[in-house]
Amino acid sequence: MKEFSREEIDHVLDTAEKLEPVAMGVEKSRLLDGKIVALLFFEPSTRTRLSFETAIQRLGGQVINLGSVEASSVMKGENLADTIRVISKYADLIVMRHPQDGSARMASEFSSVPIINGGDGSVHHPTQTFLDLYTIRRESHLEGLKIAMAGDLKYGRTVHSLCHALSLYGAEMTFVSPPELRMPAEIVRDLERHNIKVRETDSFEDVMGDVEVLYMTRVQQERFPDPEEYEKVKNRLKITGELLEGASPDLKILHPLPRVNEIAPDVDDTPHACYFEQAFYGVPTRMALLALAMGVIE
Amino acid sequence: MTEKRNLKVQAIENGTVIDHIKAGQALNVLRILGIFADCRGTVSFVMNAPGAKGRKDVVKIEGRELNVEELNRISLIAPNATVNIIRDFEVLQKKKVVLPTYVEGVVRCINPNCISNSTEPIKSRFSVVHSEEGGVVLRCLYCEHVISENIAEHLV
Repeated sequence: MKEFSREEIDHVLDTAEKLEPVAMGVEKSRLLDGKIVALLFFEPSTRTRLSFETAIQRLGGQVINLGSVEASSVMKGENLADTIRVISKYADLIVMRHPQDGSARMASEFSSVPIINGGDGSVHHPTQTFLDLYTIRRESHLEGLKIAMAGDLKYGRTVHSLCHALSLYGAEMTFVSPPELRMPAEIVRDLERHNIKVRETDSFEDVMGDVEVLYMTRVQQERFPDPEEYEKVKNRLKITGELLEGASPDLKILHPLPRVNEIAPDVDDTPHACYFEQAFYGVPTRMALLALAMGVIE
Repeated sequence: MTEKRNLKVQAIENGTVIDHIKAGQALNVLRILGIFADCRGTVSFVMNAPGAKGRKDVVKIEGRELNVEELNRISLIAPNATVNIIRDFEVLQKKKVVLPTYVEGVVRCINPNCISNSTEPIKSRFSVVHSEEGGVVLRCLYCEHVISENIAEHLV
């Protein structure tokens, strides 16, 4: 994600906006007519996989699938490089998710067709960042945004990429997390070097009245050896309708989903809730990335 | 005194002398150059030799003139090293190592989940920059993990 300039990101988001009526099914498109996209998902995924498949089909393209890893040549010991060399002879583009860090970059070195990284390892998930940016632009604004990010900021790859991308637009960032799951110091230093105002806290007090976007993430139980500690943190970092009473009317809440209990169901029907729209925005965003990567749109 | 010190390592007729290596790093310099026990020429080195700026290591490789890319790799662990190319016992060229901007297959990524640590047919790849503190920082081009200290411990 760090390789994209602000101009390139804007171009993807502009393209996504133009394709939104197609994503909604209001307009038809044959942009990917005659094109075959291979979905190689080496680990489970629901939203990313289905939104890519929706995006491809809405644009008139065809999908081929790896199927289950257990039933593929991977189980016979084939390495990823060979798998990519073979599949790139079948398809016009490959969308890949893989458990190892850097696997998408390696795949691009062996592929004769474009690769879109649908998430590799624990560091990169660039199409999620694009859809997060698109959601923020559609529902709020990108320039000089006042944003709070909450939950697991230590391991959450979506917040790391989002921080960097938002720094290109100037932003004021508040990080809300328990001490064990704070934003890595290296990222905070990097943001401050880019003149981004950063504030760190462990509760929502003093945050709600001030921010325009609240980006929630899930705190995973396995990060806490002590179950009691997990329960405490889980409840402290929960957004409820009551908590939102003091919030700005324009506050938008995002979440990459799936949520567990960090956003109470009574928030869903408030004008603040944006996470289901955010899931939909994955479709036009991925349509834009597919069309641009295949060169059917300039 | 000079005569006694010269006995420690003889002058070489042809080859490369790497001087001003940080004390204790001579073996790592050989490792980073891929010079192991099976190399044909004579390789000699001095560790902890007294120098004008404190203790240093010196490495002499006979019969081989290292190329620029090989020499600059040394800067990852010995940024102040100087290199002398020797022909007929004379110093033909003397230069300082320069930090490369990119290294391949030299250092192993510290991230165990990095694809470069798997059985895939690839070599590790890093971009190299000076840190703000004047040290060396390697960034993995696959997983973006950063190595900023004890680089010698991660040599391939």
